[in-house]
Amino acid sequence: MSHPTYLNTTRRGFLGGTAAASALALGDRAQAQDAPPLEEYTPEYLSAAEWAFVMAATARIIPSDGAGPGAIETRVPVFIDLQLAGDFGNAADLYMEGPFKPDAPDTLGPQSPLTPAEIYRGAIERIDAACTDEYGNVFADLDPTQQDEVLSALEEGPSTSGNTPDMAEDAGGGAPNTDGSTAFGLTPELKEFFSLLVQNTKEGYFADPMYGGNADMAAWSYIGFPGARGSYAEWVGREEDYPLGPVSISGERA
Amino acid sequence: MARTDTKRDVVIVGLGWTGAIAGIELAKEGLDILALERGPDRSTVPDFKYPDVIDELRFGIRYGYMQRPKKSTLTIRRSLDEEAMPYRRLGSFLPGDGVGGAGIHWNGQTWRPQAQEYRLRTYVEETFGADAIPEDMTIQDWGVTAEELEPYYDRFEYMAGISGQAGVVNGETIEGGNPFEPNRSRDYPLPPLAQQPDSLHFADVARQMGYHPFPRPAANASAPHVNEYGMQLGPCNYCGFCARYGCLNYSKSSPQTCVLDALKRYENFNYRVNSEVLRVNLAEDGQTATGVTYWDAEAEEEVTQPADIVILAAYSIHNVHLMLLSGIGEPYNPQTGTGTTGKNYSYQMNGGTTMFFNDRQFNPFVAAGSSGMSINDFGMEQIDYAAEGFIGGSYMTCGHSNGQPIRGIAVPEGTPNWGADWKQAVGEHYGHSTSLGSHGSNMSYRDCYLDLDPTYTDPHGRPLLRLTFDWKDNDIRMTQFMRQRIEEIVEAMEPDSWQSSYKEDGATYDVRPYQTTHNVGGAIMGESPQTSSINRFQQAWGQHNVFVLGASSFPQNIQYNPTGAVGALAYWTTDAIVNQYLPNPGPLV
Repeated sequence: MSHPTYLNTTRRGFLGGTAAASALALGDRAQAQDAPPLEEYTPEYLSAAEWAFVMAATARIIPSDGAGPGAIETRVPVFIDLQLAGDFGNAADLYMEGPFKPDAPDTLGPQSPLTPAEIYRGAIERIDAACTDEYGNVFADLDPTQQDEVLSALEEGPSTSGNTPDMAEDAGGGAPNTDGSTAFGLTPELKEFFSLLVQNTKEGYFADPMYGGNADMAAWSYIGFPGARGSYAEWVGREEDYPLGPVSISGERA
Repeated sequence: MARTDTKRDVVIVGLGWTGAIAGIELAKEGLDILALERGPDRSTVPDFKYPDVIDELRFGIRYGYMQRPKKSTLTIRRSLDEEAMPYRRLGSFLPGDGVGGAGIHWNGQTWRPQAQEYRLRTYVEETFGADAIPEDMTIQDWGVTAEELEPYYDRFEYMAGISGQAGVVNGETIEGGNPFEPNRSRDYPLPPLAQQPDSLHFADVARQMGYHPFPRPAANASAPHVNEYGMQLGPCNYCGFCARYGCLNYSKSSPQTCVLDALKRYENFNYRVNSEVLRVNLAEDGQTATGVTYWDAEAEEEVTQPADIVILAAYSIHNVHLMLLSGIGEPYNPQTGTGTTGKNYSYQMNGGTTMFFNDRQFNPFVAAGSSGMSINDFGMEQIDYAAEGFIGGSYMTCGHSNGQPIRGIAVPEGTPNWGADWKQAVGEHYGHSTSLGSHGSNMSYRDCYLDLDPTYTDPHGRPLLRLTFDWKDNDIRMTQFMRQRIEEIVEAMEPDSWQSSYKEDGATYDVRPYQTTHNVGGAIMGESPQTSSINRFQQAWGQHNVFVLGASSFPQNIQYNPTGAVGALAYWTTDAIVNQYLPNPGPLV
């Protein structure tokens, strides 16, 4: 598929963004097409270097080539930034009382003393430092093959979060974390980073557009999910493609 | 700051299904009742209204209707030797929060256990010999029978407007229903839900194989229904947002749609929200409760609320937590097997096989929470435990309850979790897969239990509850047996490809992925105060004016979703309170 022209930019381009993007605050139901281009977006939480990392990483996690939109066209980085700036990033719902044992078995659930936003910050800093050592550049400036190598190495690190489809309902349970080794110098406090990044990328791809991602409901259109229509009584038992496109919570149609 | 309020006849802890049922049944008797709910108030409007509730991120992923671990959680370990870690983020199970409790966010699967499940230890000993029960397995009889409870199941099903097809009515087997269900006095109040093509394909194949498929019984109304309280349900519109969501359509049975508006009309019933009960207060001799103490979040003070009767109607694990904090019953000791409070926690052994049909269109977003066709041919009463080498059973269901994309799109094994191949796979396979799952029993064991954590505390400074639980060989053998039966059916269904996910030898409990919110036991009912916390009327053995409602009463888990049994037992107990306890307060056994 062809890319919108605003995507044909360099990293320097979006680092020099303006404040115009603050209109897209969390919960603001501004239509995505009214939102500023990504290179003009000013992150709420992420620093310029972190934003560059998230742009580059999400572009590999859900790439733009092939059928269906990628993370960039659907504005997943905006979603992630807004999530990290809000309750999710701040661990507003989580039990955050000590003592913390971040090297406890993964199967006992996350035990980091850090909030998700802090995990992003700490992990990106270390990964960029490791990439500079290994490749001479930060992650965002590596070529896509190198970026995939880095992401694969992170994935093979000790942490894999419960990211299985509900219908699979986890059978054997993930393999216990048996060692303290970490990829790219990620300490146990940061070991959940990659699974958070992949999960948040998919969230931004498929969540309602009011959260900043899934621009134009393109990810819903791609798979054939009608979004927030909320009534299908006339379609039960019919083995035919559903004829209507998606609708968002704010009433946009695609 | 602290205050003491005027004495009430009854205080109810928690306003979900059981609290609402107890509330309205006792309100009818004219008792002065106060229900205390620690979460917020919730009503269909505004809390579940369209379109705001159709928000997968907020409710399906960030758990907007669930308890926040920051306010309430527990610690978990897998063995007596392991150090328990806090359940910091929800995963394996999702306790509800606020008025309506888990009754707002369930899928609505509403079953009656098979008759032998209430007398499991006796049944196994009589049928297969005492040697069939492993030494560390602590299964018990409930102290009630299917016959005794039948009228109360009937009551709950007609109150909740359950959609289904009866299998056995007054001794007669009905074609198209579950022939293995316990005898019922009449059909379901509503006909079965309509079914999707994947479920119908399964049912055809299962029938050809000699099995007995039937529509899964559903608390999703298939037609308009008015219940005994005058509450009205409208027909389900298959919106595909059921479990984890409140119902936008007044179609899912819940305290809101079935009880609460009628209950609120009783002037002798009151409820307070954001009011977390901290402990049950006992008389000096410990033989009765004098009321409860709760935290009034608005006034920011502790309140002592005296009452003649205390009904614990919180979520199962929280009933047990309050009992441990209040000295109700002796804490269970896994070393000696003595004590009862916290004993016999059990869970649910599930597994499933995902099938890909590349050329079929299943439209998974067209779904009621309990859509699907089931078989019960491998139920608890259908299996020769001696021959198969395990105690347990399962029902199996094909279908889907939602098509929400963040919660997971099934892709073939070997597909990467990210990248171009992942994107291509979700595009190719969304709508073209289904699953056949096993929903199985879980036995109780000597070292699976609840007690107080020695380290971690909640915002009130109370010790957190500590859960000790792991999967056991018996139950893994059960699920592997179900896997073999399911894979035979799956092959006959002729998908393009399929993949299985069942617990295997050596599986340890992983708290991260969602499994099920069927946490049972810990305050179990039974026949003796030496072996159970509460008697057959869910009355505390040691404090006759304390009743404990909910799945905390189950001595081991049934093969079914628990809400049917929870609802029936709530009616059974409130009937005993009205007709036996109020005229003559004291131990009912």
